[in-house]
Amino acid sequence: MLETEQPLRVGHRLWHFHGGLKLRHWKKISMESPLTSAGLPDRLELPLRQNIGEVPMVAVQPGDRVLKGQQLTRTNGSVSAHIHAPASGVVTEIGTVRAPHPSGLEFPGLVIEPDGTDGTCYQEPISDWLNADPNLLLDRVFHSGIVGLGGALFPTHAKLRRSEQRPVEVLVLNGAECEPYISCDETLMRDRPREIIRGACIMRHMLNARQCVIAIEDQMGVVEQVLRDALEELGMSDQALVVKVPTIYPEGGEKQLIRVLTGREVPSGGLPMDVGVVCQNVATAAATYRAVALGEPLMSRIVSVTGRGVQQPCNVEALLGTPISRLTAAAGGYTDQAQRLIMGGPMMGLSLPDDDLPVTKATNCVLVLTHRDVSPVAPELPCIRCGECARVCPAQLQPQQLLWHIRASEFDQAEDLSLADCIECGCCAFVCPSQIPLVDYYRYGKTENRVRAADRQRAEHSKQRLDARNIRLEAQKKQRKERLARKQKALAEDGKKSEIEAAVARSKARRAQRDPEA
Amino acid sequence: MKFATAGAPHVPAPKSVHWVMLQVLLALIPGTAAYVWFFGPGILVQITLAVAAAVAFEVLMLRLRRQPVSPFLNDLSAPVTAVLYALCLPPLMPWWTVVIGMGFAIVVAKHLYGGLGFNVFNPAMVGYVVVLIAFPREATSWLPPEMLAEHTISFGAALMAIFTGELPAPLTWDAVTQATPLDVIRTGATQDIMISEIRSNPLFGDFGGKGWEWIANFYLLGGLYLLFRRVITWHVPVAVMGVVIVMTLPVYLFDPGTNPFPLQHIFSGGIVLGACFVATDPVSGAASPLGRLVFGGGVAVFTLMIRRWGGYPDGFAFAILMMNMAVPLIDRYTRPRVFGQ
Ligand code: SF4
Ligand code: SF4
Repeated sequence: MLETEQPLRVGHRLWHFHGGLKLRHWKKISMESPLTSAGLPDRLELPLRQNIGEVPMVAVQPGDRVLKGQQLTRTNGSVSAHIHAPASGVVTEIGTVRAPHPSGLEFPGLVIEPDGTDGTCYQEPISDWLNADPNLLLDRVFHSGIVGLGGALFPTHAKLRRSEQRPVEVLVLNGAECEPYISCDETLMRDRPREIIRGACIMRHMLNARQCVIAIEDQMGVVEQVLRDALEELGMSDQALVVKVPTIYPEGGEKQLIRVLTGREVPSGGLPMDVGVVCQNVATAAATYRAVALGEPLMSRIVSVTGRGVQQPCNVEALLGTPISRLTAAAGGYTDQAQRLIMGGPMMGLSLPDDDLPVTKATNCVLVLTHRDVSPVAPELPCIRCGECARVCPAQLQPQQLLWHIRASEFDQAEDLSLADCIECGCCAFVCPSQIPLVDYYRYGKTENRVRAADRQRAEHSKQRLDARNIRLEAQKKQRKERLARKQKALAEDGKKSEIEAAVARSKARRAQRDPEA
Repeated sequence: MKFATAGAPHVPAPKSVHWVMLQVLLALIPGTAAYVWFFGPGILVQITLAVAAAVAFEVLMLRLRRQPVSPFLNDLSAPVTAVLYALCLPPLMPWWTVVIGMGFAIVVAKHLYGGLGFNVFNPAMVGYVVVLIAFPREATSWLPPEMLAEHTISFGAALMAIFTGELPAPLTWDAVTQATPLDVIRTGATQDIMISEIRSNPLFGDFGGKGWEWIANFYLLGGLYLLFRRVITWHVPVAVMGVVIVMTLPVYLFDPGTNPFPLQHIFSGGIVLGACFVATDPVSGAASPLGRLVFGGGVAVFTLMIRRWGGYPDGFAFAILMMNMAVPLIDRYTRPRVFGQ
């Protein structure tokens, strides 16, 4: 790749990515009302798994009183994220809680009953963050439980480590919410641009990145000006560049955004770092700022509560663990047409069985659709190979071929056709005239492949172990043999020696006999 | 509050198979109207007959294969096959030959291969080729365009001809049928007659055959509509027509006397219909854009070869079937590059 060798300049032009969809964005409906708060609920349910990587362990006891901001977990993993108490109160249960998941299953977690007091347990603010030791900042981000708030949930500190081999050329702040309806990042950029910009500066300092761009969608109206003004005001205009990108789903996908901004493609199976880019969500940057400069861990997030199924679509700031019903109440409650409750957007969101589930770090949007919005349950027809799915697939896959192989349980072939590169954006399933739930098939195929890979690895391991054992046994055998041989030889030599000695003695004796006077 | 759950995406697809097939049918209206204008109403009888037969065979096969009938009938794929098939047939072909071809198309080419989405060959072309081979005389008894015909054939006469095989007196089969322009070129070429001389035959219009070229224009219009509606992509039609031009232009320039002008190739016979409506059939065609170019190019090459050296005046249907066979291979070697690889 020659391209990579030239220094990256971002912002002077944009590139295209293949496929994608122009969708009606539906963002205005939730942007008209101001940001509100979901308030303090009676019960905060905190599932422990709120990050990619290792799940942290509970470090408090039932009955413990905790302060707002207190760390509740410990972890041995480096790719993991802590959970903090979003409010002061008492830990009433440690066990399982329900998490936003279509199954409604229970996951390990804990429950806090807030007591309404103001006690906090924040960390020491790091005021001179621009000159702070990056490792100190890393540690702070890690102990603040910050993860990718765009929904990816990747522990942020793991993406902020400086690398000597691969310097970061561009830090991209992702403000392009690709899915329709979702406007939490837009709200944040509009209302708290300074937090984002300062967060960006901290991240840039940590990564020693050469440039920083804040990518926003071209339909975000005032946001561009707000960010520019804030940059100006903070005297940081040289620190970051605001770039508008066209609103094409899934533009906000990390790989797609990097392609659009830099023209570089993150290699299949690789990381943005491989092309000299680190991508962070704008809300993550704001959370990083608060963690560093104010000592506040991640305890709340902005959630869009929207769709034609709620009375007053809006953006709500909610403590982690707040039941979703409280958010929909903040949006004026449901309309009588409310039919489907979704966490996330209409393309990739999870359909939830009820609204008694807690807000997590991944909850960027609570979308309530009416029967007018949702797809009618249409019978799934066979694939007619129309190629629409391939035309829109941003990963440039051949979805119809993948489908074919997965249906035939030919998972290896699907893997050969780069199933793993599927970003599960749902573009293919959206356009499919045969209404095939393609993404479900791909998830299934990926799971199968993962299971098989794990099996293979296990088999490989045991084979290695067996091999090692054989080698060891072989070596032992050899050693034993050698020892034996040596002994025998030694014995034989001993034997020879004694024979010689005996012979000498005998001859001496004989001589002595023959020659007594000598 | 409780909610029913469902898989993502949660918003409805902009297109359905039903919609796609409906667009194809709509796009065929101008061409069909032109057909009626130039060759009389016989074709309408054939279309109705073919659609009825197709639906009947479809229901039968769905029942036999224990498949739900209504979603599959509702997809409109059988009527599309039927109309495309009927448009390839001479307007007065006897009804039973029409039905036999249709039966072959739906029963064998479609359902025995697994039904919608699984057919390797384009069913309409299979049906047409079957009647072409089985009933060579009936399947090639073409009428002259009405402006050249001494006798116009009314709707009643067409019905009678199709269902009884008789023509109302005083018409006779010999009097009403005539060679197609492509037949004329073929015979002419084998006798070394100059193209200009052949073209002085009143059958010829500006580019192709009189009447035929207009129908082709309207098919092209339909094709543009499909393109506009994003039902098809440009790759196949452009590849077919482009390759026809690229292959015939040098020959024509080399010896304009005995070789037809490239546009004449395009506007006679089934090239436009085939390029816009048949070779663009997704099920039996190639998947990727590059694959579609290869597919279309192949169709053009085979059509020209059959026109020039084969035993049939128009090789379009054969060319498509041959390329259908090559699809797995084409797909294999024209796989697009995956993002980041
Ligand atoms: S969009 Fe659906 S019907 Fe069309 S090729 Fe893809 S999977 Fe098949
Ligand atoms: S879900 Fe996967 S296969 Fe479908 S369009 Fe997105 S990346 Fe392509």
